[in-house]
Amino acid sequence: MRRFASVSLRGAMHVWRRNLTVYAKTWHLNVLPNFFEPVFMLLAFGLGIGHYVQNGPDGTSYLRYIAPGLIAYNAMMGASFEVTYNIFVKITFARSYESMLATPLEVEDIVLGEILWAVTRATLYGGIFLLIVTLFGAVEPIHALPVLLVLPLIGLLFASLGLVFTAIVPTIDLYSYYYTVFLTPLFLFSGVFFPVTDLPAWVQPVVPFTPLYHGVRVAQDFAHGRAETGTWSSVLVLAVSGVFLTLLAMKRMRRRLVK
Amino acid sequence: MPRMAEADVVVHARALRKLFGSAVAVDGIDFDVREGECFGLLGPNGAGKTTTSKMVTGVSPRTSGELDVLGRDIGRFGREVRRSLGVVPQDDNLDQDLTVAENLLVYARYFDLPKKKTLARIDELLGFFELRARAKARVDTLSGGMRRRLLIARGLIHEPRLLVLDEPTTGLDPQARHLLWDRMRTLRASGVTLMLTTHYMDEAEQLCDRLLIMDEGRIVAEGAPRALVRDNVAPEVVEVRGPAETRKAVLLAVADVIEKDEALEERLMLYTKQGDEVIRLLSAHAGIETLRRRATLEDVFLELTGRRLVDR
Repeated sequence: MRRFASVSLRGAMHVWRRNLTVYAKTWHLNVLPNFFEPVFMLLAFGLGIGHYVQNGPDGTSYLRYIAPGLIAYNAMMGASFEVTYNIFVKITFARSYESMLATPLEVEDIVLGEILWAVTRATLYGGIFLLIVTLFGAVEPIHALPVLLVLPLIGLLFASLGLVFTAIVPTIDLYSYYYTVFLTPLFLFSGVFFPVTDLPAWVQPVVPFTPLYHGVRVAQDFAHGRAETGTWSSVLVLAVSGVFLTLLAMKRMRRRLVK
Repeated sequence: MPRMAEADVVVHARALRKLFGSAVAVDGIDFDVREGECFGLLGPNGAGKTTTSKMVTGVSPRTSGELDVLGRDIGRFGREVRRSLGVVPQDDNLDQDLTVAENLLVYARYFDLPKKKTLARIDELLGFFELRARAKARVDTLSGGMRRRLLIARGLIHEPRLLVLDEPTTGLDPQARHLLWDRMRTLRASGVTLMLTTHYMDEAEQLCDRLLIMDEGRIVAEGAPRALVRDNVAPEVVEVRGPAETRKAVLLAVADVIEKDEALEERLMLYTKQGDEVIRLLSAHAGIETLRRRATLEDVFLELTGRRLVDR
């Protein structure tokens, strides 16, 4: 507990700024694909599949139904990329953290800085997607801002979750399991493409324990201008588990980095 | 409260021990590093030098014992102590995504240094380490010697009182080594305390005021380089190379004028106070080559442990 209490936000921001310094050098190369992806997805899922699916489950067009879920998914992926392969390489090959730990920075500051950076990337990644779908008319401009505010929460949850995995994963090859066995099913079965209530009855009890479901739910509700008790409890689930997993990531990363 | 016995002691270690699982890396060592000196840890790979330096810099927690650095317990006040402590690691961990100057700039932020002051300091360090022309170069385009100089510059960015260097010249060519030694002497003259690990006896002799010779996690000897040689071995060594069957005759011929002999696989070492006499007595022997030299720390290590410092 003493270590959690002495986390330096200033130190974390130095780590965050280091990543920004690197990103600023190549942002024009990195950011462009983020614009293409939503266009392709909207064309394929919204207009392609949407052509056969006349209406979304809530009566709106299928494009409008899937748009918020795809935004949530992109925030998840934006955070995950940052804390998986990138951090693993920093630990094992670049030895970046060894150099940082020789300064006043502690493991917990570094973890917080990396998570805040992943949150930033998730917000940027999902935010560009949001911008495009709003331009396509799939989200009302007036609802775009509340949806934007959900993205850091989704980012926090998946950044800390991915970092816990990175802290315990022995080899880089195991990330393919994280992506295909964990993140892909979340993408397909969290209500992005069809409501989770259409899932088989035996799966239903599991749904509230899957992380992307809450992100999709909040994004959809905000995008469609409705906020119910369930919406707010999902906001709470995102925030509380994000904070809990951040503390767990700190603990696990200390075990990994300090020998 | 600081527990230091003397005001000028910057590192104070007592019964310092480090275990990795059940393996003993450092086995209860005592030493003091004094302000302004260059202090060396000399020993072969696996002697516990790197582990010791990592404990001193607070990167690796000790298993037991006392360890005060710059007057404070490094285990409890690591963050504070590292504000005045510079570290030059053995492995190159420069930021490959950044340029030379950016590496220093980003690192300076970790110490909360103000930007204006940092820029002046970067310029000064790049000049001192002859890197100014490469300030905007990517790190991966630098030579090994340049990278090592940049690593040291990075360790000095916050003007530390103590600089800890782990194997600073391993893997460098002779020219690059001499440039580094020269810079380290200048640093020491400017008042920075240096603590370095090395497995090169010439490096320890050239740079260190005092050193510990370590082997298998323990201290084998301690003192100034010349004194260690003087106290442990005869001042001169004659190395004899030749067929194994000549050795017996050689030893018989010089028996009265040598202090000690050591038979290595490819040569015979004769420790003596009378080098002239040994050479004269051996000049009559056919089929052997002799090399006469001053005794070094390498000989001290061989004498104390029965093994050599560097495997050749």
